[in-house]
Amino acid sequence: MDSPVTAAGSVVGSLDLRPPTPCPRSSGTAGRLPGKIAGVTQGEDFRARVLVVDDDASLSEMLSIVLRQEGFDAHLVERGDEALEAFHAYKPDVVLLDLMLPGKGGIDVCKEIRAESGVPIVMLTAKGDTVDVVVGLESGADDYVVKPFKPKELVARIRARVRRNDAPGADTLTIGPLTIDVAGHSVTRDGQPVSLTPLEFDLLVCLARKPWQVFTREVLLEQVWGYRHAADTRLVNVHVQRLRSKVETDPENPEIVLTVRGVGYKAGTSGQQ
Amino acid sequence: MAELAGRSVTETLRRGLTFWRRSIQARVVVSTVLLSTVVVLAVGWFLLRQVQQGLLEHRVDTVVREAGTENQAAQERLAAVPGTDTDANAQANTVVNSIFSSGEARGFSVVMAGPGAPNTSLAERGTKFTPQLDLASVPQSLVDHFDASTSPKIAWTYTTIQFHSRGEVTSSTPGIVVGSTVTIPADGSTRTVYYLFPLDDVQQTLALVERALLTAGALLLLLIAALTWLLTRQIVTPIRLARRVAERLAAGQLQERLRVAGEDDLARLATSFNQMATNLQRQIRQLEELSRVQRRFVSDVSHELRTPLTTVRLAGSVLHEARAGFDPPTRRAAELLQTELDRFETLLVDLLEISRFDAGAAALDLDDVNLTDVVRRVVDSTRALAEQRSTDVVVRAPESPCVAQADVRRLERIVRNLVTNAIDHAESKEVVVTVAADDQAAAIAVRDHGVGLGVGESAMVFNRFWRADPARARTSGGTGLGLAISLEDTHLHGGWLQAWGKPNEGAQFRLTLPRHAGHPLRHSPLALVPEDAAEVVA
Repeated sequence: MDSPVTAAGSVVGSLDLRPPTPCPRSSGTAGRLPGKIAGVTQGEDFRARVLVVDDDASLSEMLSIVLRQEGFDAHLVERGDEALEAFHAYKPDVVLLDLMLPGKGGIDVCKEIRAESGVPIVMLTAKGDTVDVVVGLESGADDYVVKPFKPKELVARIRARVRRNDAPGADTLTIGPLTIDVAGHSVTRDGQPVSLTPLEFDLLVCLARKPWQVFTREVLLEQVWGYRHAADTRLVNVHVQRLRSKVETDPENPEIVLTVRGVGYKAGTSGQQ
Repeated sequence: MAELAGRSVTETLRRGLTFWRRSIQARVVVSTVLLSTVVVLAVGWFLLRQVQQGLLEHRVDTVVREAGTENQAAQERLAAVPGTDTDANAQANTVVNSIFSSGEARGFSVVMAGPGAPNTSLAERGTKFTPQLDLASVPQSLVDHFDASTSPKIAWTYTTIQFHSRGEVTSSTPGIVVGSTVTIPADGSTRTVYYLFPLDDVQQTLALVERALLTAGALLLLLIAALTWLLTRQIVTPIRLARRVAERLAAGQLQERLRVAGEDDLARLATSFNQMATNLQRQIRQLEELSRVQRRFVSDVSHELRTPLTTVRLAGSVLHEARAGFDPPTRRAAELLQTELDRFETLLVDLLEISRFDAGAAALDLDDVNLTDVVRRVVDSTRALAEQRSTDVVVRAPESPCVAQADVRRLERIVRNLVTNAIDHAESKEVVVTVAADDQAAAIAVRDHGVGLGVGESAMVFNRFWRADPARARTSGGTGLGLAISLEDTHLHGGWLQAWGKPNEGAQFRLTLPRHAGHPLRHSPLALVPEDAAEVVA
């Protein structure tokens, strides 16, 4: 029995360690969001900043060693109640967030950061199969890694969240009453700007580029999150819900991001404009 | 239409029978009423008989006395006749006329038999009688009695008094006929006078009594039925309430209790029932609490162990990446650290999974799964191991998909465990994975031709950390929990996981899953003992 038996609910499948596929990725992020987010290039002089929030000093230090080896700049915070302050001061490109923290829980920290910024948040969790993961995702985390993880797995996950390639295609997309400015990374609904995180933006653009196509959760995981094989489809479900809560008039009866029962999701028809 | 009506009758009958079977109340009421009817009928019959007898006896006494008095009077009148009158018939006529008139006044009929030979009917003897009376009303037996007897005084019997007019019977009533002899002074001969008293009034009284008894009996039965219904209702209602509460308790509504009123047996039953429910609730709460604590513990252990393991893991990776720069012993140490960390991690994950099963925290994520796809995926993913062991893994699956409702992640884990286990013990001989399905179940059998299993070992293979031969090298680095986890996964699906093996003939593991989750399994589409092995046995 060579193959490790995977813990229930943990992410199955391997990560794409190559540069992410050129689906509807967009570089940078929604311009209005505060903080210096992404715009990551392959330039030698630039090091993406990772804020590590974990109460275990040894793990934090080890993480910082690994991250620095992989070409990231890391800043460590041990307490939940110090996280937001450090976030303001450090202006990270990605936040690595443990869920169990002294001072303030990881979920609360996640919500606070998400309230003012769309910076990608990757949760570190010891429990892949619990509601914690769903709660974490619902409170704004983009992705999660289950401990114990291999360094390459973590780095790939961070890269997937930080590095964003320009995708060819139309600069302006419309989907229902929404207008998406792909280059400017902004979404407007009847002229009113809608605030989306980069991940939600990517998800929306991915759907809007091919409004005739139904995307399975697996395909969305690959194209938006960068997973090569089947992973936890809860990621997709939770983020579709978050996206709907921001762009739909009535999230209970979605018109922009439609569920295709038994298959996946698709963009609402433009005829509904 | 007729069929429809027939069906509705059958339906009603069936419903009635069900009601009869289910309702104690109906049964008690019906049986009580039936028994009471028997008793009431018996008592009524007895009473009626008594009354009848009493009335008749009284009536007989009266009429016999009356007949005696009449006879006496007639006799006296005859005696008063002057001795000169010698016409017996005239004398007799006088007497008869006086009795007739008295009979008319008092409602009885009279027959005076004329003199005649024995064994002749009254009609043949010049008999005098009340007009329109049928002479057959006086039974021949009574006539014979007076003919035969030398000095009979008075005798009576029951009869039916009939009157006729122009050959037609106009009335027919039961009656008493009293016979008495009168001596005619003229010739000293005796004549028999029969007094016929109708029993009209007795019959009327009896009919009245009968009606009264019937009415009383019917009312009594109604009363008994109502009483029984009320009484059983008092008993049955609390029982029904208790049943309903018990059903709710069984359904998991542990806070349900019976209402206790009074201190009678039923109230005490309710109290005991409630105590039982409270105890059950407490026990279940305790178990739930224990389970919760256990789960919490597992979760905590998980967190506490995983964080340092992650650190070690990261550190190991850093060392492993940098091993090129180390001297050979240190390099080897770094490699060993890496591989053993993999094993440690696998073991930890397995342990946590087992604890999760033990805590009952494992849940199924069901989907329609094609077993053939799963098997092919697993065989592909274990190809590297199989090649390393130079073992061929062959899949035998039907063309049609073998679909069952299963948690694909768990199913894949079971199959992977079985296949890697088989490769591990196959000793480089062929491993065959067979897939099959029928209407009810789908099955996967993994057959190897390796060392096999000893007697009694096929049950022990699923024990945690069990090893066929403790001295055997742990080449594959399995945790010893793989089959135990597979068995738990299978049980979670409501399926079977069984092992067959013979020393040096290999082993076969068979997984059977119901095609629809929750349906009970009765058979497997695949045999547990492989065909080739069965031949060897034969």
